[in-house]
Amino acid sequence: MLNRRHAMMGAAVAALVLATPALAQSPDLKLPRQKIELVAPPFVHPHEQATKQTPKIIEFRMEIVEKEIVIDEQGTKFQAMTFNGSMPGPMMVVHQGDYVELTLVNPETNTMPHNIDFHAATGALGGGALTLINPGEQVVLRWKADRTGTFVYHCAPEGSMIPWHVVSGMHGTVMVLPREGLKDGAGKALRYDRIYYIGEHDLYVPRDEKGKYKTYETVGESYADTMETMRKLIPTHVVFNGKVGALTGKNAMTANVGETVLIVHSQANRDSRPHLIGGHGDHVWETGKFANKPETDLETWFIRGGSAGAALYTFKQPGIYAYVNHNLIEAVELGAAAHFKVDGKWNDDLMTQVKAPGPIPPKVQGALQPLVKAN
Amino acid sequence: MLLASNLKMILLAAVGFAGPIAMMATPPQAHRDIAAHDDRPALIELAPGTMRYRLAGDFTRNGKPAEAPFAEIKIKQPLVIMKHQVTGADYRRCVDDGACRATSTGSADRPVVQVSWRDADAYAAWLSRKTGETYRLPTDEEWAYAAGSRWQDDGLPVDGDDPAQRWLARYERESNQKSAEADSEPRPVGAFGANENGLLDVAGNVWEWTNTCFVRTALDESGAAVGTPIANCGVRVVEGQHRAYVTDFIRDARAGGCAAGVPPANLGFRLVRQPATFMSALTGFVLAIRN
Repeated sequence: MLNRRHAMMGAAVAALVLATPALAQSPDLKLPRQKIELVAPPFVHPHEQATKQTPKIIEFRMEIVEKEIVIDEQGTKFQAMTFNGSMPGPMMVVHQGDYVELTLVNPETNTMPHNIDFHAATGALGGGALTLINPGEQVVLRWKADRTGTFVYHCAPEGSMIPWHVVSGMHGTVMVLPREGLKDGAGKALRYDRIYYIGEHDLYVPRDEKGKYKTYETVGESYADTMETMRKLIPTHVVFNGKVGALTGKNAMTANVGETVLIVHSQANRDSRPHLIGGHGDHVWETGKFANKPETDLETWFIRGGSAGAALYTFKQPGIYAYVNHNLIEAVELGAAAHFKVDGKWNDDLMTQVKAPGPIPPKVQGALQPLVKAN
Repeated sequence: MLLASNLKMILLAAVGFAGPIAMMATPPQAHRDIAAHDDRPALIELAPGTMRYRLAGDFTRNGKPAEAPFAEIKIKQPLVIMKHQVTGADYRRCVDDGACRATSTGSADRPVVQVSWRDADAYAAWLSRKTGETYRLPTDEEWAYAAGSRWQDDGLPVDGDDPAQRWLARYERESNQKSAEADSEPRPVGAFGANENGLLDVAGNVWEWTNTCFVRTALDESGAAVGTPIANCGVRVVEGQHRAYVTDFIRDARAGGCAAGVPPANLGFRLVRQPATFMSALTGFVLAIRN
């Protein structure tokens, strides 16, 4: 059984091995600093798109929170591990040439060591080798955002802990924008009016002999059963924003006809293929890297597991849209669906119901046959 | 015998639907309790009366999508309906008799859920045999009449030229209606209280099957029905916090029938008892003597 002492002893050994790099001195960057307050997904903290500012050190702080959450409408409980209490962790936005300086805090109320691997960063396992912290500890890591794009970050302590922490909720996204903002394939500027960040998680909740989901007192107690379930590679839930239906109903995302929305989609573990039902991806950076020309007019795009992608769309019709992982079993049965509510005027030119549903004309194949009157 | 899973089309005679009628608010119906006894469940007998009611189904007016019109429900005989939804224990007795499909939901004091219209229909047939009385699912009108103040008018503004307005209004309404509970596990009988007619748990977190088929009706400019309404009895009206249309073999509507909208959290049912005919009374008499 995993307990806190085992976890801490493992971490202590690892820390000894990694002590040396900490002695190297960081150069004095002589750059202005800016502190950013992170915002819970699906929203993103305010930021410039194109910027005239010069590179800065952007300060972020995240607290790791282990907590029990409810992941579906039936009340299924789940021992989650999160960055800043949300699943996914919050999205950070900086510009190319900026430095991200993260203070990562592991409060003593947690039971396990954690760290962070930034896919956007270079070296030290993405920062994982320099950020392993026990409960009660914190660490400050700085890395240079030298390439543009949307990139996943996730917890990656060591060995089997890596997949387990990730499928327990510990991933988020960083977006590094070009200083001139986004551009289409011809070099023309692209601007978004709104941005939504959708983090997708595949969850593996163990079941008992009767098929009911099991609950656990602590995250450590869930470890053995969860490992057995996840090794079969079939998730029990695939969720957006941490819960089935999290981005529907009162929490549906909103937009207006004529507005351009950037939808960032991350999956730190497993492939997904987003599709906006009723809409398209006007400009899609499927792999999420802005130095590449976006693909245009996409129906469905592919988010490979371990990455984040970005899609830009200008809404043209009002109504309800579903944004799904287009493995429809995962979307409808496992929870990978979100909704957009879009206000505005209907465009009859784009679509119109020429004739409302009505009976097939008589004598045509398939028409209703009149009932024979019983005598 | 398994019928084709999709459409079972039945032709209905043309019925003239009245346009909206201005009605005063209906007071609670006079009702009396009929206690449970042997196999017979607890029932409520409602006095005859009328109620203003928005018709179920899909309507077009002058060829464009339209809101369903109001009509007057006239209940001419006492309506006898179950006081509470069929419980897991009730349903289990049908399963044990080999007349119903097994399900593990519900218990002695919680409603059976994740049952389809076909399951409910089979249960009604079994209960009728057992008691010698005639039980069946209520029609949508009967359900609404019994639900009284808890029946939810589904009406929404409809712009024939802008279909999106109705979708948005319906989505908004259903999102706000959803009960605040964190989970949708069925509650013990009575948890959602009684309505003014003495029925328990109406419009709680269990949506109830009715016998009413999904009907599509074309109306002309004045609101009178034109042509023949088309009924799809493979889809039945389900009532609860809002009205839904669900395919008859579906047991779990949580995933929803469409890409967007708020689906029923649980599917369950309660039955009405039809007044005894001579034949059913005779059967009951014979059964009583035999047992």
